[in-house]
Amino acid sequence: MSWFMRHALPILTVVIAIMVLWYAGAVGLNSKWAYDKAKRANVELSFSGLIADTLSQIKPKLPAPHQVVAEIWRTTALKNITSRRSLVFHGWITLSATVLGFFMGTGLGILLAVGIVHSRAMDMSVMPWVIASQTIPILAIAPMVIVVLNAVGVSGLLPKAVISMYLSFFPVVVGMVKGLRSPDHMQLDQMRTWNASKVQTLWLLRLPSSTPYLFTSLKIAMAAALVGAIVAELPINQNGGLGARMLVGSYYGQTIQIWSALIVAAVLAAVLVALIGVLQNITLKRMGMAR
Amino acid sequence: MNWLIGAIAFWLGAWVLNLWLAKRPKMKLAAFVVPTLFGITLLILWEGVVRGFQINPVLLPAPSSIGIRFASSIPTLWVDFVQTFMKGALSGFVIGCSAAFLTAVAVDRSPFLQAGLLPVGNFVAALPIIGMAPVLVMWFGFDWQSKAAVVVVMVYFPMLVNTVQGLKASEPMQRDLMRTYAASYPQALMKLRLPAAMPFIFNGLKISTTLALIGAIVAEFFGSPIKGMGFRISTEVGRLALDMVWAEIAVAALAGSAFYGCVAMIERAVTFWHPSQR
Repeated sequence: MSWFMRHALPILTVVIAIMVLWYAGAVGLNSKWAYDKAKRANVELSFSGLIADTLSQIKPKLPAPHQVVAEIWRTTALKNITSRRSLVFHGWITLSATVLGFFMGTGLGILLAVGIVHSRAMDMSVMPWVIASQTIPILAIAPMVIVVLNAVGVSGLLPKAVISMYLSFFPVVVGMVKGLRSPDHMQLDQMRTWNASKVQTLWLLRLPSSTPYLFTSLKIAMAAALVGAIVAELPINQNGGLGARMLVGSYYGQTIQIWSALIVAAVLAAVLVALIGVLQNITLKRMGMAR
Repeated sequence: MNWLIGAIAFWLGAWVLNLWLAKRPKMKLAAFVVPTLFGITLLILWEGVVRGFQINPVLLPAPSSIGIRFASSIPTLWVDFVQTFMKGALSGFVIGCSAAFLTAVAVDRSPFLQAGLLPVGNFVAALPIIGMAPVLVMWFGFDWQSKAAVVVVMVYFPMLVNTVQGLKASEPMQRDLMRTYAASYPQALMKLRLPAAMPFIFNGLKISTTLALIGAIVAEFFGSPIKGMGFRISTEVGRLALDMVWAEIAVAALAGSAFYGCVAMIERAVTFWHPSQR
């Protein structure tokens, strides 16, 4: 009960407040169109009529939450998942690019971190550029990367994954450099007294003690990878994906479609990050590092 | 072929020099020279590969041709820079960050609201908010206002979460001291808790600098007047004028790094007392 009062209740309150604001916003933003319609039909719009109309327009400025939920239900559960109208189909395309990019980024990040920890020259030369690479708005290059890779003959998943990779390697590098350096002098000296080689020190001491840092970075990297995949789908119309769905929606003013793609992307992000959280709990518990 | 060999020779030379510099005892100069040399090496390798393999400039232009294009189209680049960075990104950054800061101070007195806002804010900060761009362009029109709106939405939650966390950063001992001084709430806020929150606030600001530029550029993909960095990138990609695209990217990179650097410098001046700055 106290857990409920301390954690669930405040979150619930905030979520409900957001919902109320959302409905109010939907009524406010859509009222102009409702009034215009009523004027043309020469009818006086009552207050309840206004509410009913603003929450059920086909192309509203801001769709009401229940409209979005209905659209999501219609395009996920009621559609064949291989259909191009199914959000599961589009979500799967985005998800595969995200996961591929995430693994590429994590691999690159860990390799770079190992190099940086072991070579001072690499630390001094690469690290500033790793940080600088993130002040560059890489997402701006997304269309070009895709066009260029398409021209070379690489199309489909890989160009999107490359952008996901670029966004997700950074938190891994930063987190892993910190993690690989986290063993203290005492432990490093102990390895030296055992005459452990550099590889053994890395494998038996540095890597295990970096796991908590790794998982924290992985969560950020996963969220970033999803953003990368979605934005990679925005610039040119491609063969499906949540980003393409948003683009098409914005071309044709299908706001409900945009919002449902947005919400599905949000749920996807939450599920992916939660998955890593579960993995983190299990791993750290088995390693005896759980707090 | 000579180009390729030359580039590789330069690479090896720079590598040896960097190794030598890194082995020497710590010098201020080396900390600057080593990364610079690395960056120059990358550029020369790029140039050498493009010329050596005679890569089609439509795919990957050489840095030299990008430089020439950059120098010859400075007026266009400046117009785009003003439209996207000054009007879109900067105004959105200011509005979004101050709104988030004020919200954080406003909910500061209510632990209940904080307990609710922190997890929700953390959740929203991890969402692909950039997807809101088409919606906001639809609401606010094609000019810079919609770009600023995208930036506001993007920077709001990271900034909010960081500020709320920062306001909790002062230690109980310090807060007790304030109480023994009979400090009022505003006094304790101004004299203790805001200064203690500064490292967190600047963390949020630094994250927001990158987000702001990304938001402003990506929002332009969904419609913009005939100027702006995002507009130029998407149209020049269509015309396969990749040297212009790279020139635009160079501007974005310079602007992004300079913006980040400015905030980092202000941070150094404000949080000089923090262990990470000493």
